Amino acid sequence: MNDPSTRRDQELIAYKARLGLWMFVVYALIYGGFVYINTFHPRLMGLDMLGVNLAVVYGLGLIVFAVILALIYNSLCARAESDASEDTASEDSDVR
Amino acid sequence: MNYETSPIAIATFAAFVAFSLWIAVYLARRAKTAHGYYAADGSIHWAVNGLAFAGDYLSAASFLGICGMIATAGYDGFLYSIGYLAGWIVALFVVAEPVKRLGRYTFADALNSRFNARSVQFTAAISTLVVSLFYLIPQMVGAGSLVTPLLGIPHTFGVVLVGGIVIFIVATAGMASTTYVQFLKGGLLILFSTILAGAVLLRGISTTPSGSDLVSMPFHLDTSGNLRIDRPGYSVVPGQENSELVRKGYIKVRHDGAISVWKVSQTSNTLEETLTVTTRPDGSKLYNGAPLSAGKFHQVGQASKIIQNGRSVAQTGALGPLEFLSVLQRSTVIRWDKETIADGDNQIAIYFQKPTPGSDVMRPGLKFKVDKGASSTDRLNFVSLMLALFCGTAALPHILIRYYTVPDVAAARKSTIVAISAIGFFYILTLFMGLGAMVSGVIDVTDNNMSAPLLARSFGTFLFACISAIAFATVLGTVSGLIVAASGAVAHDLIDRFFGGTVSDSGRVVAGKLAAVAVGVVAIFLGIRYEGMNVSYLVGWAFAVAASANLPALVMLLFWKRTTAAGISASIVAGLAISVALILLSPTMYESVYHLSADAAPIGLDSPAIIAMPLSFVTLVAVSLLTQPVQTVSEVTEATTA
Repeated sequence: MNDPSTRRDQELIAYKARLGLWMFVVYALIYGGFVYINTFHPRLMGLDMLGVNLAVVYGLGLIVFAVILALIYNSLCARAESDASEDTASEDSDVR
Repeated sequence: MNYETSPIAIATFAAFVAFSLWIAVYLARRAKTAHGYYAADGSIHWAVNGLAFAGDYLSAASFLGICGMIATAGYDGFLYSIGYLAGWIVALFVVAEPVKRLGRYTFADALNSRFNARSVQFTAAISTLVVSLFYLIPQMVGAGSLVTPLLGIPHTFGVVLVGGIVIFIVATAGMASTTYVQFLKGGLLILFSTILAGAVLLRGISTTPSGSDLVSMPFHLDTSGNLRIDRPGYSVVPGQENSELVRKGYIKVRHDGAISVWKVSQTSNTLEETLTVTTRPDGSKLYNGAPLSAGKFHQVGQASKIIQNGRSVAQTGALGPLEFLSVLQRSTVIRWDKETIADGDNQIAIYFQKPTPGSDVMRPGLKFKVDKGASSTDRLNFVSLMLALFCGTAALPHILIRYYTVPDVAAARKSTIVAISAIGFFYILTLFMGLGAMVSGVIDVTDNNMSAPLLARSFGTFLFACISAIAFATVLGTVSGLIVAASGAVAHDLIDRFFGGTVSDSGRVVAGKLAAVAVGVVAIFLGIRYEGMNVSYLVGWAFAVAASANLPALVMLLFWKRTTAAGISASIVAGLAISVALILLSPTMYESVYHLSADAAPIGLDSPAIIAMPLSFVTLVAVSLLTQPVQTVSEVTEATTA
């Protein structure tokens, strides 16, 4: 098992977990809105938008938004990981 | 429907199987250790793992089931695509990295990382087995249904063939061969689905798609009030005035010596063609009044009126993706509904035309009752299903074990993102493939699961062969993943960790292989046992059980420090027991399995997640609070001085 031992590792894990949780909440709210409209105002989904209806725009939008959010999450996590490894490397060289 | 066996389909399928078996043999040396067998040595590249995720996840239910549902129920089928994809957000943001960090081979390892408790190992293993079994049955039944038309072999042989191949792939090289089979299948599925969706857009929409010979004919009532058909050669069969058929608005017509059933439309004074399947007292069936081999039972589905740029047209020509959806939304589509009527000793299943405005096809309501007249239970069912799809993915054991095949947490995260992109793209394609099938005259009304392969056939034998072979490979890939997960639960979680803990490394590999063979044999038995049953709802239930039994334990382990081993075990047991109990008492179970009236079911819910999941959370919190470890004096001192 890859048990994180350093404090910096733990901070990194906590940061990524917090970030993931916030992004999850954002997506869950938008998904919840979609389910709410479908359940209680299904006719609203027939509203015309850009030649197609709201159901198509919202449905396709949820799929595309998931991909965009995933890429943003990865980019932020990768930057944090890179910063953490640079800090560790500079600490190591200071020690030497 | 009577399908012709395609030699190209058989050759394509045989090539895929041969390649899969070669991969298994080639990678066998990597399955010499437990880490190699269960986790492919954790050496799979994240991009390969991402596409393997897609291959694992896009099961027959996704490919055949969703396309078929969109082809018959429009946008409601696409709701499954949206829910299945959204579930990956939970996987990425909440569980991917922690599961990789905490576990080793199985989902139970991750749950038990803080406790090393046998109760957690045991309950998580049982939950893995139950979820995998719910998932396995439709895959195996689907395999049997696919081989009959595609390879011309009986259902039982088809199930044994698939089971045998999968057992060989898994037992030879475990997770390594499974990963590459899924990678290959995932890539091919997305590639050929893109080609198929592109072909649909290039062809556009027509009111007379090839293969559809829909007929209606005028009639009048004579002076005595008898119905007369205004077309030479057609006559009303005498002596049916008081029959159940006539009372329900149908009439039997004789033409060329054959008798067919027509729907009487009083508003337009026309008779509309129907499709019928007559079940005789001896169990034999007639399709449109003749044996299946006579070929009188044809495929259906078309637009009856197409509006493009404000004008009514018979053929659109090539369309862009959004233009395709826009035109369809403004057109009218002929869908087919079903009614079963007793005719003497015979039971006649009548499939009749149902012209539906495109605006209704392109929004929710044709399958799920959410519009006018929907009860609170109908709405609760819908919300519960969408909740199960959202929360189930991240708790499916055969998906979670794929996190152990990559080297580190960053690779786990990146492979999930590849999976989201590939699966998301595929699910967008399902909308075009499903709607394309709806208006291309390719739907088999007795089995809408064949809509995507039959749509491919309308573009030529080669595409049909490729799509059919891939549909088959879809089953192979998913079943492999499920058997790895289930065998891991039996061999690693139960035999090794729960009962012993002293098994050697090579012993673990042997146990894993034997468990794979045993689970595979059980899967073959279930696939044969449930032949002919529409069991696609089992996948939805697998998601509901996973969301109820596994997700609360996983989430609380990660985010609530007071979670205890007893709390985890109790929540798994509660989620599992409540969700399975609700399923056993559901209307679908009463109707499809017990063959009783759906109204007799004590509860109206078909999807249990909305009840079982919160109760599982509550159980975890309550039991954890009741089983908090007692702090020693030194721990309290340490905590207060820190």
